Amino acid sequence: MSPSADPRWSEAFSHLPDYLGSHVRVSVSALALGLLISLPLAIVARNRPVLRTALLGLASIVQTVPGLALLALFYPLLLALAALTAAWLGFSFSAFGFLPAVLALALYSMLPVLRNTITGLSGVDPAVLEAAQGVGMTPRQSLTMVELPLALPVMMAGIRTAAVWVIGTATLSTPIGQTSLGNYIFAGLQTQNWVFVLFGCFAAAVLALVVDQLLALIENGLRNRSRARTALGGLGIAALIAATLVPSIARPHARYVVGAKTFTEQYVLSALIAQRLQAAELSATTRAGLGSNVIFDALASGDIDVYVDYSGTLWANQFHHTDIRPRAELLGELKTTLAKQNITLFGELGFENAYALVMPRKRADELGIHSVADLGSRAATMSIAGDYEFFSRPEWAGIQKAYGLTFRAQRQMQPDFMYAAVASGEVDVIAGYTSDGLIAKYDLVALVDDRHAIPPYDAIVLLSPKRRDDEALKAALRPLLGRIDIAEMREANLRASGNDASSSPDAVARWLWEKIGIR
Amino acid sequence: MPATPLIAYAHVGKSFDDGRVVAVDDVSLDVAEGEFLAVVGGSGSGKTTLLRLANRLIEADRGRIAVEGEDVSRIDPILLRRRIGYVFQSGGLFPHLTVAGNIGITPKLLGWPQAEISARVDELLDLVRLDRSQYRDRLPHELSGGQRQRVGVARALAAKPRIVLMDEPFGALDPLTRDALGDDYRTLHRELGLTTVMITHDMTEALLLADRVAVMHGGRLLAQGTPADLSASTDAYVGELMRTPRRQAERLGALLPRDGAA
Repeated sequence: MSPSADPRWSEAFSHLPDYLGSHVRVSVSALALGLLISLPLAIVARNRPVLRTALLGLASIVQTVPGLALLALFYPLLLALAALTAAWLGFSFSAFGFLPAVLALALYSMLPVLRNTITGLSGVDPAVLEAAQGVGMTPRQSLTMVELPLALPVMMAGIRTAAVWVIGTATLSTPIGQTSLGNYIFAGLQTQNWVFVLFGCFAAAVLALVVDQLLALIENGLRNRSRARTALGGLGIAALIAATLVPSIARPHARYVVGAKTFTEQYVLSALIAQRLQAAELSATTRAGLGSNVIFDALASGDIDVYVDYSGTLWANQFHHTDIRPRAELLGELKTTLAKQNITLFGELGFENAYALVMPRKRADELGIHSVADLGSRAATMSIAGDYEFFSRPEWAGIQKAYGLTFRAQRQMQPDFMYAAVASGEVDVIAGYTSDGLIAKYDLVALVDDRHAIPPYDAIVLLSPKRRDDEALKAALRPLLGRIDIAEMREANLRASGNDASSSPDAVARWLWEKIGIR
Repeated sequence: MPATPLIAYAHVGKSFDDGRVVAVDDVSLDVAEGEFLAVVGGSGSGKTTLLRLANRLIEADRGRIAVEGEDVSRIDPILLRRRIGYVFQSGGLFPHLTVAGNIGITPKLLGWPQAEISARVDELLDLVRLDRSQYRDRLPHELSGGQRQRVGVARALAAKPRIVLMDEPFGALDPLTRDALGDDYRTLHRELGLTTVMITHDMTEALLLADRVAVMHGGRLLAQGTPADLSASTDAYVGELMRTPRRQAERLGALLPRDGAA
């Protein structure tokens, strides 16, 4: 199969102007902000040993925070700040996407710039500084006419390092709502679309290399005092920025933003909702790959307009309930609670995506295990795997409490890999999702939770406060309510996790609509 | 006609490290207009500190220093430095600026028009005997030590100062270059009517170039006067300093009898 024949390549290319443009925009803004802060700080700190040590120490600590965590931390921080400015100063700002990404990445860029600027400035020959004073320069003239020009090559090396770091780390800003080349990677990993993953990695690497080489050209020009090379490098950077910014500015802004979390089903459902809106001639775009801690706040503050969540998730994570209620009662209570925040629980899609303990059917039959209770004391000889959050969730505590289970080992895994892991016997039990297509693919079985330790997880459509009375939106979404059953969702998810041309979220969403639209 | 001296030190003192190191101890010294004064001393004698007190690269603790009749503590140090030429040890050129950029720096700081700076640079390159077209756009690292010091002298003279301070200007040069440069500077000093204070540790160089020599030792001014005055000094340290050039002269006189008349 040649790349040109695979529609995933052309789909990847069709996103490039948007993703690359956003990526360049957020990286350049972050780098510019980082420089704006770091350079004066370094200049002020260069002759103050205490401040210098403190600054470099602080910047080093920031560097040790994983990029993803740093980015995610800025979202709630800004959200709180936005609430404060709204209460005190009467204006608010969007804490979603661009702003937290720029701030976190700017912070990330500071260490190399600070370190190299301080090193470069303190490396200037004292005899030259004395000469600057002797010919009658003011301290400021000495800085601008002598010290900075002499330190510039070392400073540029720091700026290059910062630029590469920022461009690389910007791929992680997808979960906080900033479109970037990371959208390829996150979507690709979730939907097993390796074309996307490779494309995203390759594009980010090429961008980093190009920027690095252009900065190297400037650095080389400065080092050898060649104006031509410096200008050429600067021109290249400017051209790159212009080329990537123009298409994304020219692109019309969609009226509706459909959010999606970071797993396959969410990609499919957000594509389905966007398609329904477009079919109703409402312009829509998707913002996929959002962290589950970010997406609800993004809806509440109107950064996204609609997304699909699960009743149990909101119940436990968002509203911190530890008790478990029957399905209808829980939904009713949620609806009231959400309404207080002006969020509309528009309705259920018809299926549940609950956590369930999952085993290979063959092995479960052999051992005579059909329900969680059947695991009993056998659990002590078994290992269990779950996604990154499962073992810290109330469901796990609930299961342990209700069934008194203790496993030999607990492992955390990328959700898409744990089904294969349990099928191959690498682990004995996994905490899977009931709507996952891989359950059917690997012939696995979900164990019955007869003590109701796991809350219901109905897929529900949520609308943002400003869409509360949007009848056009509601009319477009109404045909989806109650129409998707678990078998269909599983099959859709299985299709989407395939590694071929028909497995893109858009294609699967179209398939799903055809399937449910006929009835 | 007792004209006011161009530089006058009166009971000047300077110490470092909270008074633990006394660099200059109660020194009084006058430099007359048009005079070429050499200050001779070993390392740690306080001679460099004494020089830098004059353009306030170092601030005095005690005493009074007057330049062109004005108390330097009442003059903005930046403006003071721009009107006094300063030649640094081994040039002190700015490595990122061309020869022209280095020479023109003080006029530029003073806000001269570019054309005037450019003309002045050419004039100075002629004065220090460097070919305009060949050296104007070179960077310091492309020059020999002697050429670099010629540029250093040109830079000191750029803003037409009346006073030039020189900090061991020829110390790092080979003897031939050193001799040529010393002679050339001596000529400039006379032709431009400069007042020059030169620091050196080499008594021979001081005697050959200067009108008057001051001897520093341990922060104190031991003696000052013409070569003849110093010859007559009874101070033991001055005598020791004078012995080397005298012995050199005797030996050279014996070895090279025909050159004696020059």
